[in-house]
Amino acid sequence: MRTEGEESDLQPTDIGNPDYFHKVVDCQWACPAHTPVPEYIRLIAAGRYADAFMINWKSNVFPGILGRTCDRPCEPACRRGRVEEEPVAICRLKRVAADYKGDIRHLLPRPAERSNGKRIALVGAGPASLTVARDLAPLGYELVLFDSDPRAGGMIRSQIPKFRLPEEIIDEEVAYITGLGMELRLGQRIDSLKALLDDDYDAIFVGCGAPRGRDLPIPGRHEAAANIHIGIDWLSSVSFGHISKIGRRVIVLGGGNTAMDCCRSSRRLGGEDVKVIVRSGFEEMKASPWEKEDAISEDIPILNMLVPKEFTHKDGRLTGVMFEKVKAEYDARGRRRLVPTGEPDQHFECDDVLVAVGQENAFPWIERDIAIEFDQWDMPVVDEVTMGSSNPKVFFGGDAAFGPKNIIWAVAHGHQAAISIHQLCQGESVRDRPPPLVNLMSQKMGIHEWSYDNDISLDLRFKVPHRDKQIALRDIKAEVELGFDDKLAFAEAQRCLNCDVQTVFTDALCIECDACVDICPVDCISFVENGAEAELRLRLNAPAHNETQDLYVSGALKTGRVMVKDEDVCLHCGLCAERCPTGAWDMQRFLLDVAQAEHACCSLQNA
Amino acid sequence: MTFIPKPKLHHPELPKNALGYTRRDYEGAVSTLCAGCGHDSISAAIVRACFNLELPPHRIAKLSGIGCSSKTPTYFLGASHGFNSVHGRMPSVLTGANLANRDLIYLGVSGDGDSASIGIGQFAHIMRRGVNMTYIVENNGVYGLTKGQFSATSDRGAKSRRGVENKDEAIDLVGMALQLGATFVARSFSGDKDQLIPLIEAALKHQGAAFIDCISPCVAFNNHEGSHTSFDYVREHNLAVNYLDVISGREEITVEYAAGTVEMVKQHDGSILRLRKLANDYDVHDRIAAMTYLQERGAAGEIVTGLLYVDPEPMDLHHHMNTVSTPFNELDEAALCPGPAALDKLNASLR
Repeated sequence: MRTEGEESDLQPTDIGNPDYFHKVVDCQWACPAHTPVPEYIRLIAAGRYADAFMINWKSNVFPGILGRTCDRPCEPACRRGRVEEEPVAICRLKRVAADYKGDIRHLLPRPAERSNGKRIALVGAGPASLTVARDLAPLGYELVLFDSDPRAGGMIRSQIPKFRLPEEIIDEEVAYITGLGMELRLGQRIDSLKALLDDDYDAIFVGCGAPRGRDLPIPGRHEAAANIHIGIDWLSSVSFGHISKIGRRVIVLGGGNTAMDCCRSSRRLGGEDVKVIVRSGFEEMKASPWEKEDAISEDIPILNMLVPKEFTHKDGRLTGVMFEKVKAEYDARGRRRLVPTGEPDQHFECDDVLVAVGQENAFPWIERDIAIEFDQWDMPVVDEVTMGSSNPKVFFGGDAAFGPKNIIWAVAHGHQAAISIHQLCQGESVRDRPPPLVNLMSQKMGIHEWSYDNDISLDLRFKVPHRDKQIALRDIKAEVELGFDDKLAFAEAQRCLNCDVQTVFTDALCIECDACVDICPVDCISFVENGAEAELRLRLNAPAHNETQDLYVSGALKTGRVMVKDEDVCLHCGLCAERCPTGAWDMQRFLLDVAQAEHACCSLQNA
Repeated sequence: MTFIPKPKLHHPELPKNALGYTRRDYEGAVSTLCAGCGHDSISAAIVRACFNLELPPHRIAKLSGIGCSSKTPTYFLGASHGFNSVHGRMPSVLTGANLANRDLIYLGVSGDGDSASIGIGQFAHIMRRGVNMTYIVENNGVYGLTKGQFSATSDRGAKSRRGVENKDEAIDLVGMALQLGATFVARSFSGDKDQLIPLIEAALKHQGAAFIDCISPCVAFNNHEGSHTSFDYVREHNLAVNYLDVISGREEITVEYAAGTVEMVKQHDGSILRLRKLANDYDVHDRIAAMTYLQERGAAGEIVTGLLYVDPEPMDLHHHMNTVSTPFNELDEAALCPGPAALDKLNASLR
């Protein structure tokens, strides 16, 4: 029993707030670009690959590229991972849409018929700048993209090995954007932002990435320099064909995704004995689990808890690397410290070393007297919402904004920067952000028929077929992952729980018959006395321990109780609505279309 | 009805009982009854009760007759024995099964038509014989399968969905069960699982004839204004005399109650029924007082629910007949057919 004076009862959930149902679509909520994942997965299951592609293209701009290389924040968020073993293979389904879409050029927006008279400079032709360009081009902006590389794409082209991302995919998806009408000044490095500002552009977007690979200044670095390479520079040289060979024995230092790309590239360029050696433990490595898996399956051992101490060399030639053995210790605050174990140092012989221990931003080309504020880490001060700097005409995005992240963050930044630039050029405040388009619509087709497939697949996650290892290791351009075929794609798509088809409850219709409680396979519905959230969570039919997931609370019902639904593990099977005699439960598709500059690129709502 | 089976996926923290089963393991096929049917709630209560009691599903036999209620055994205890009998004849099949194998737990599920009309004779006799069973009547006061005629348990004065008033007197199955000697008699409501689940548990543990009259609104034909078994009417007129907790030997009793509000009833199998009394003067051991109280409150328009009568030391049919403790189906041929000499001896004793 509750006593007076405790925390007050929960208020009815405001489902009019778009965030509430958006959060229920875990994948979309977790995605920086908020791609409506279940919507395109349903289209893939229906064989409507082009439509699925266009939803992606609108939202994340690079479906074929991201379908191979995304960091996939959606997958750890996927509800399937909470009710079963593994999340839906969202990323690889995105690739399916790109692989089988056919010719979609007629679905793309047309280049603007006339200029709107505004000129925008974009520094760097990577994912962030290309996103800004794509959003603004159809609105009539005159866009000028600068990049020091001879081809557009930025790190997508220079740093991701071709065996993960074939060149033609980059060419295709970059062309969809450049085809919207823009001026490309490739091979032209910008050395002065001041000079660019003097050129009288209406706005400038800086999307130049984090181009500097961190070095490892330990003894021997200088003497053995000929065989010590900075990871991202080396990958870039490989990508542009300047390097096609490496020694037989290679050590890769670092535990991130760049290290994984370095070691796997080495295996294809003559490296037979390739090792990754990391300071931290295996679990703490920054590389995505699947990238570690792929490296290990190519016979690349990952050695942990070894801190590089010295590059050993003889006669001016690298002979190996000396490591100190460490172990992790945790202080009272749970912070990790690596301390020497006291064991003798360990030496590994090698012919080449690739240093992939991190990336840094570098803005030597931005003068410090042009009203752009820099912080204590020498990073520009960038607004997280508007992507604006302290100079109202200059915007940042991608790795250039907040340090190294990933492609999908760069895309998200690009969309927001495009909105800001559009607001600025229309004389509006960049603080005025356009709201998302939201649509909530019943999916009821008949007494127990829904417009979506509510039968829950029990299949476990399907693996993407790989190219035979012997063949893959011979050719650095041979893509390792072959992608799902249509049958596998359908089966994997069916694993999606359709979390965007929301359980919508109307308290005035409820007769408290318990039918929904009885049928719910995951015990997420309860009818209880209202109370404060913390204690209410424990009184439900299944205790709601996952506090990152909301409770859906109704208004008071006839008996004075409230309906409380724990969103955590709801399967969206619709059985509550099927067993409801009064239609108090309904399954309604929630479509949230994140705002873009003037809805430039075809609204999702027509999909 | 629902077209898809209930998904096998369940809550990751769904508890398991001592047998290693989750509650989901006690479920049956997905219900084909109308959405919102009270019977589905009773099925869910049976599932929970059997899970809570940690009953091995293969030691339970569920039997039923004909009607909406009698369809429900398909929707629970999918791994138990089942027999769907002729209309109104479940009691005799249950009696036979109980005689053949006294070791199983018998659960008879019937409705107001099956038990109070076509099967009323069978109902009466299984109660007076004291067959060790749990007999649940899912009572909605209406013939749902034939589109909503009044059943024999419908109150005089109740209105049909079309507004026609019932002129006939109702059969009160609780009153009959009390009068005919059932040793555990209860009434409950499908919309109140807090009361219903422990009642089913207690009935399953009772070693005699246990009867539960469970009011179960028919959402399609008897949930309108003027109905006496609608959700709203039952909630308004419900007079719960007690709630109970079924406590097996292992559990510690930690909650303290004000004196006089709780009564502990030790059952023959060692389990304890903790009665949380709402009507302090109500005595669950006084059969005659119970009948009087029910008549009084019934006349005042109230529906008395809770455990209404229990005999903690019941005698069952096997006791009356002095049968061997080994189930008949486990006796070998020599024991069942002792031969001509034994027959001669028996015949001689009857001359």
